[in-house]
Amino acid sequence: MSPLSRRGFIGAGIAGAAGLVIGFYLPHKGESEKDSFSPNAYLRITPENKIRIVVPRSEMGQGVRTALPMILAEELEADWKQIEIEQAGASTLFGDQTTGGSASIRTTWDPMRKAGATAREMLISAAALTWGVPRSSCIADAGHIKHAASNRTVSYGDLVGKAATLPIPTDVPLKQSKDYKLVGQRVARVDTPAKVKGEAVFGIDFRLPEMKYAVLSRCPIIGGKVASFDDKDSKKVGGVSFVGKIGDSAVAVVADTVWGAMEGRRVLNVSWDEGPNKDLNTTGIFAGMKQAASKKGANMYAPGDPAKVGGRKISAEYTLPFMAHAPMEPGNCTAHYQGTTCELWAPTQVPQDCRDSVAAAVGLDPDQVKVNVTLMGGGFGRRLEHDYAVEAALVSKAINAPVKVIWTREDDMRFSTYRPASIHQLSATVEGSGYPAALTHRIIAPSISGQKGQPVPNGVDPDLPDEAGPVYGIPNYLIEYVQTETPVPLGWMRSVYALQAAFALESFIDELAVAAGKDPLRYRLQLLSKDQDLTYFTTVWRTARMRGVLQLAAEKSGWDKPVAAGRYRGVACFGCFQSYMAEVVEISMENNEPRVHRVVAVVDCGQVVNPAILEQQIQGGIVYGLGNALRAKITIDKGRVVQGNFDDYAPLRMEETPTVEVYAVPSQEAPTGIGEPSVPPIAPAVCNAIYAATKKRIRSLPILS
Amino acid sequence: MADITLRVNGSEKKVSVSPDTPLLWVLRDTLQLPGTKFGCGAGLCGACTVHVDDKAVRSCSTPISQVGGKSVTTIEGLSANGLHVLQQAWIAEEVPQCGYCQAGQIMQAADLLAKTPNPTDDQITQAMNGNLCRCGTYERIRKAIHRAAGNGGGR
Repeated sequence: MSPLSRRGFIGAGIAGAAGLVIGFYLPHKGESEKDSFSPNAYLRITPENKIRIVVPRSEMGQGVRTALPMILAEELEADWKQIEIEQAGASTLFGDQTTGGSASIRTTWDPMRKAGATAREMLISAAALTWGVPRSSCIADAGHIKHAASNRTVSYGDLVGKAATLPIPTDVPLKQSKDYKLVGQRVARVDTPAKVKGEAVFGIDFRLPEMKYAVLSRCPIIGGKVASFDDKDSKKVGGVSFVGKIGDSAVAVVADTVWGAMEGRRVLNVSWDEGPNKDLNTTGIFAGMKQAASKKGANMYAPGDPAKVGGRKISAEYTLPFMAHAPMEPGNCTAHYQGTTCELWAPTQVPQDCRDSVAAAVGLDPDQVKVNVTLMGGGFGRRLEHDYAVEAALVSKAINAPVKVIWTREDDMRFSTYRPASIHQLSATVEGSGYPAALTHRIIAPSISGQKGQPVPNGVDPDLPDEAGPVYGIPNYLIEYVQTETPVPLGWMRSVYALQAAFALESFIDELAVAAGKDPLRYRLQLLSKDQDLTYFTTVWRTARMRGVLQLAAEKSGWDKPVAAGRYRGVACFGCFQSYMAEVVEISMENNEPRVHRVVAVVDCGQVVNPAILEQQIQGGIVYGLGNALRAKITIDKGRVVQGNFDDYAPLRMEETPTVEVYAVPSQEAPTGIGEPSVPPIAPAVCNAIYAATKKRIRSLPILS
Repeated sequence: MADITLRVNGSEKKVSVSPDTPLLWVLRDTLQLPGTKFGCGAGLCGACTVHVDDKAVRSCSTPISQVGGKSVTTIEGLSANGLHVLQQAWIAEEVPQCGYCQAGQIMQAADLLAKTPNPTDDQITQAMNGNLCRCGTYERIRKAIHRAAGNGGGR
């Protein structure tokens, strides 16, 4: 889930001269474009004193439709009640619109602030000119410009005509954090009422008149193809109007209703060309990775030289399986191909990729493809792929009618793109004090980008720089990546490689603490005791900030106080997507299985934009990560994904959900990622607690395998 | 095909569909009530929960043939006037994230409160355990149910 590395982020700078373009791009019913004020692509102020803010990222539950407009509205000095939200489709105005890599806030923080500040400054100028008073005597506040000396006030709406005639300033002052009124507040999410009333329109809910429904029968063997198919029985199902091959490896069944299409597929007879992977299985995949581990990989972080350090050596190996995202809303997309255009209504994290891949698939230019972004029933990285959009466009072209392609849960589970399986080899050389003078972490895993044909510069998967950095300032420290190959389709799943790296590293640090006979939290604090800046690719990890979250977690969890009888604690900390995270768990063991009762989660993610949304993201990430840790495992047998639904791939339910207490370290640093950083530490924290309870070390996920 | 008459959100509806069609797809496709969601198709996630004769059922696994003559309530019809006390509680506790499972969660919770006006934590867990949420909103769902119960949600 790293758009930064994947697409090469083109700074989403404000399109300063785009004022005229925006009017064309976002026309609104009953609203005269020429009468409103739109100094950039992110906002439009109407004479009716409404402020429409364009959200150039996709809403999948993480709150961008609320948090991003808050940032702009803060600088604009708008009244939050004036704000209306507009979802951007695929556009050329906003740079890379990929929603992923916990990047929405951190990459729009500057453009959104500048967009708001630019409009604010122009409105101040407009009022000053209208009144014939100095700019410096006017202030912007709650959607109005005020001139205290003459006790005059004018609404933004009444200034739009004048403001639109003014030159757009290029260098505008930004507010200081101490003056924030909206940013940092628990502003209620704009999307909540529609969601509780059942009125929110997700991709699967969008309808066009005369729209057909399609489900596809895809080759169950990875890399296999359609050999032939017999549609005789399918066509007997009521409402089935079309059965045909889509691409090389799928057959679509189209009907008037979803159920008709599903029934048509159930009785469809397809013979598969099984292809090269018919004997592929998970055991073989891990054996291959183990073999590949003997190769020297790419050094990603290498201060000092662990090989030259003498002393007591401790080693351990950890393994993690393939996992599936499994968002609640199964894959779907609505498409209407009309010869020279194709319009999509897509629940997507990558509207621009949908546009480009659909254009290529149906033989149009990208500017002939319009992508509308719908609400998403979760994403978790699954909707960074665009397979479902391409399918919908191809089916629409084949039947010459609008169509919605719907995936079933089994389709979603078996034809997903999976979190890469991985092996981690850790070794340390410890001094007499019990602390490591040298640490080596070898990550053996296939490359997601590499498999997709994207660059793997210097043998390093481009996601690893955001997700597998150093935590501790150990003087001789090697993090090495060994790239392996697999035919299993790979994808960016929430926290991507950070989950694997954190599980291995933070389990191993616990093993070192145990070997040293020291308290695992105090051991970590000692390793972080010196202020150091650890430069890992372009990120500088500061031991002081990690120490800060760990200390607060110790305090809030009552780490130094005895835990209740039958309860055991575990701790882990990790940094990814530029944020620092520490988690302390409290568990008991019931029938040899851990039951997590309480999690204290502490984050340092710089300036918090909306604490309520932050809590949702941290709690949700921990529930997601705990589900991953306990049970998430995708296995391959005879070239096929074994798991199919929520019975054999069982997410966390309410009965297993701990209380999660969330604390953020106060900070005025620029905001960093929050959607993913809470996911990685939970697995090692729970496994470390299991060790505390049982003296058994879990080195392979899932825990309940 | 079969002609089946049922009551949906208080209105009589006649549908002409294959009798094995799940209630879910009749609601979503035929009657155009998309608030009820498709999650798993196997009664494993609860996203499709509606009330049939005042009992919570999984509409994805309930053939329409079993619903003839019965009364169905969906999220769109949960409250005749304004927001149901559970919907108000869901807003107050800021429960939804992606929101996809929440209609099913609210319908399940309404069934719980109708039978158990002041549920304990254990009773909430027992009633709600079949409803999955991948965003992990379970703690706030619990709080919202307690809040609604305190506001007379079960009466």
